[in-house]
Amino acid sequence: MGVALILFLLSQVSPTFNLRAVDTPNDAGGSITLTWEIPEGLEHIDRLEIYRSESPEGPFEKIKTYLSPVTRFEDMGLKNGKDYFYKVVITSGGETIESEIAGPVISRPQWFHKGRVTILFGVLIYTLILLYFILSAKKGKELYLRPIAGLKALDEAIGRATEMGKPILYVPGLSTISDVATIASINILSHVTRKIAEYETKIIVPNRNPVVYTVTREVVKEAFTSAGRPDLFDPDSVFYVTDSQFGYAAAVSGIMIREKTATNLFLGMFWAESLILAETGASTGAIQIAGTDAVTQLPFFITACDYTLIGEELYAASAYLSKEPVLRATLKGQDAMKFLLGLLLILGSAFGLFGITWFQKLF
Amino acid sequence: MLQRKIPLFIVFLMGFLMTVQFYIPHPVSQTLYKYVLDWMNGVASMAIVLAVGSLIMHHWRRLKKPEFALYSAVTLVSLFFMAILGFFFGIREGSLFQKMFENVQIPLQATMFSLLAFYMASAAYRAFRARNLEATLLLLSAFILMIGIIPLGYYIHPRISDFALWILNVPNLAAKRGIMIGVGLGMMATSLKIILGIERNWLGG
Amino acid sequence: MKIIRILSTLDRRIIFLLVGLGILIPLLKPLGIPENITPPVRDVYQFIDTLPPGSAILLSVDYDASVLPEVHPMFLSILRHAMLRKVKVIGIALNPAGVGLGVQAFDRISKEFGKKYGEDYVYLGFKPNMAATMLGLGEEIHKVFPTDYYGIPLDSLPMMKEIHSYRDIALVISFSGANIPALWVSYAYSRYGQKVAAGVTAVMAADYYPFLQTGQFIGMLGGMKGAAEYEDLVNRLLQKKGYRKPMPFAIKGMDSITVVHLLIILFIILGNLGYFLQKKEVK
Repeated sequence: MGVALILFLLSQVSPTFNLRAVDTPNDAGGSITLTWEIPEGLEHIDRLEIYRSESPEGPFEKIKTYLSPVTRFEDMGLKNGKDYFYKVVITSGGETIESEIAGPVISRPQWFHKGRVTILFGVLIYTLILLYFILSAKKGKELYLRPIAGLKALDEAIGRATEMGKPILYVPGLSTISDVATIASINILSHVTRKIAEYETKIIVPNRNPVVYTVTREVVKEAFTSAGRPDLFDPDSVFYVTDSQFGYAAAVSGIMIREKTATNLFLGMFWAESLILAETGASTGAIQIAGTDAVTQLPFFITACDYTLIGEELYAASAYLSKEPVLRATLKGQDAMKFLLGLLLILGSAFGLFGITWFQKLF
Repeated sequence: MLQRKIPLFIVFLMGFLMTVQFYIPHPVSQTLYKYVLDWMNGVASMAIVLAVGSLIMHHWRRLKKPEFALYSAVTLVSLFFMAILGFFFGIREGSLFQKMFENVQIPLQATMFSLLAFYMASAAYRAFRARNLEATLLLLSAFILMIGIIPLGYYIHPRISDFALWILNVPNLAAKRGIMIGVGLGMMATSLKIILGIERNWLGG
Repeated sequence: MKIIRILSTLDRRIIFLLVGLGILIPLLKPLGIPENITPPVRDVYQFIDTLPPGSAILLSVDYDASVLPEVHPMFLSILRHAMLRKVKVIGIALNPAGVGLGVQAFDRISKEFGKKYGEDYVYLGFKPNMAATMLGLGEEIHKVFPTDYYGIPLDSLPMMKEIHSYRDIALVISFSGANIPALWVSYAYSRYGQKVAAGVTAVMAADYYPFLQTGQFIGMLGGMKGAAEYEDLVNRLLQKKGYRKPMPFAIKGMDSITVVHLLIILFIILGNLGYFLQKKEVK
């Protein structure tokens, strides 16, 4: 009875769908987004159909059927620059209710992603801050750097391996070359190799990723050359092991035990194998320095290694070791940006506490 | 000198293009992105050839050293055995390759993974010491978490498991986010240094 | 004093042996410690429990054999629960090494409840390119998977006639030991508003708690503990309905974990006693 009454009323008053069709924003084109409202009083729907046409007179072609009261649809695979018209038809208890026709609407590709304005803004500010510090370093401004224990110990660790006549193991993480942690590790590898060239120690670099292998090999070779000791490069010292995560962990554990490495460096991206590597190293009595931005693995390294570079310290390491003022200046830039972000976080939280939301909406 | 300049120029160009690409949804930029991804796949495939070559050569040379010969022989035999199985008899379900994978490779991987439980116990025993206030706090939260996460904790006191979850969700997450912000900034600075050619250590110094 | 000194300088092999026994003995002789149910697990259970019969859920096999002990029991329990509640189940696999595990699970549980393939459940198998698959399911499942795992056209399966996209699926549950549940949030939840839950390993669970806080997951089963809790809930329901209780796999595993946790706590206490003793002697 109730449904019949509602339907009667609906047939008397033209129901409002508020159907809106717009070019889908921030996309590569070929897509139109429809939004509408389910007419008031309609409690139950049997079927909701969406129709499309290239002219307001039709013919309209059915493009989608839903069995639930959906209010949004993205029509994809359309031609750019062409007029399209839409309507929505709801079937409820044998009655059909049609929406007004929406259109013409044209789909176009966009040249700028408006949803990423905040990111762009942030990146620009950060870049400017970094450039400012780089330029001031070029002018010869002295910068103080907090000592990082793990990096200070690097020389000592290499020296100890030399004294003992044992090799140094360098694990550049288990990730791919697209991971910035791997690149940071490769930068450190270059410093370590040059230091090793001075001491004439042996280095072993096992790799999990084929691309990383080709890069580490080149880096080690180049570093020996730039240190003036190309003769020290042993092609057998940098090699590929396996792509299997735990296969790699097994192989590296084996190397630590058989080669009795005196110093183990684990720098880069690590997953669950971190403790297996670090504990095996600890059991052989090697000096171990680890560094990773994998937050979950940090506790394992801290427990089982002598020194651990935490998160951003891994990225700072190359600048720290190079002693080049320009590289070091970027660390100051990082600190300035961190201060700015901290300020924004405090402001955002404070505004949020007082129920002011416009500030959060900026992001 | 040119040997240095060419890679630096390529890095600068690609770094700049890919940064700009991120902000452009237009098909032109999408095509460029797909093109770069295809190139990456190509480079990676070639790298696999080099990598497997290095693996074979490395172990081949080691066969001559008695202390390593056995391990290298096992590696080489397994490598060629699986490759021959795959190439000549297929890798479909039910094939010998699949059976070897399921009954040898998977249990071996699971064994390595399960070593974690043993190593965690020995690492905790060796290194978890109440040396100072911070270490004691760490120790206490570890206790609460370890008890709170097992059913026994709940029966000791129902609030213990809530407290354990609170430790995970509040102090733990706050610290994690702090580290992540630093990591994010570090990543960006490293990328920028490489794109601008300030950092050249990845070229070997 | 001497005993403490010996106990605080145990050789690691003795620790390994004790941990090994601590895992093995409860597996052979379960202690039967009852489970307490945590809110994230209860949320998933209640969501499925209150679904009207005939609704559909999608279970995604995003794990492989390396995390089988933790994740597979979750998959089996949720599948049992859904079938018991007459909820239709669609299975897919986004991890190629997990396809076989899905087949095994569906075969086993459907037999337990006498469910019919194509009417009560379907298994669509593996599809490469996760992001494209997740997005495609929001548009038209029949396009992403024209045929099921066995090569039968989807249009000819009675159950799939009414199921075309996320709109017809009440819940997606991703079972994984990696970051795939986060991708489900990015593509299915953010883009299509699809409700998502996850069953993940204990190591990954710590990373996923923020998703629960923000409501991006309706609930989560974390590690062996989550699996044991769900198993316990489903076992109770089975008993109520007069079914035979299945093997409590995760519950047994949880007994082992309980013992090992207590052992580790004991080791830490012993280590510290030795440390303080040594410090006192030095003074």
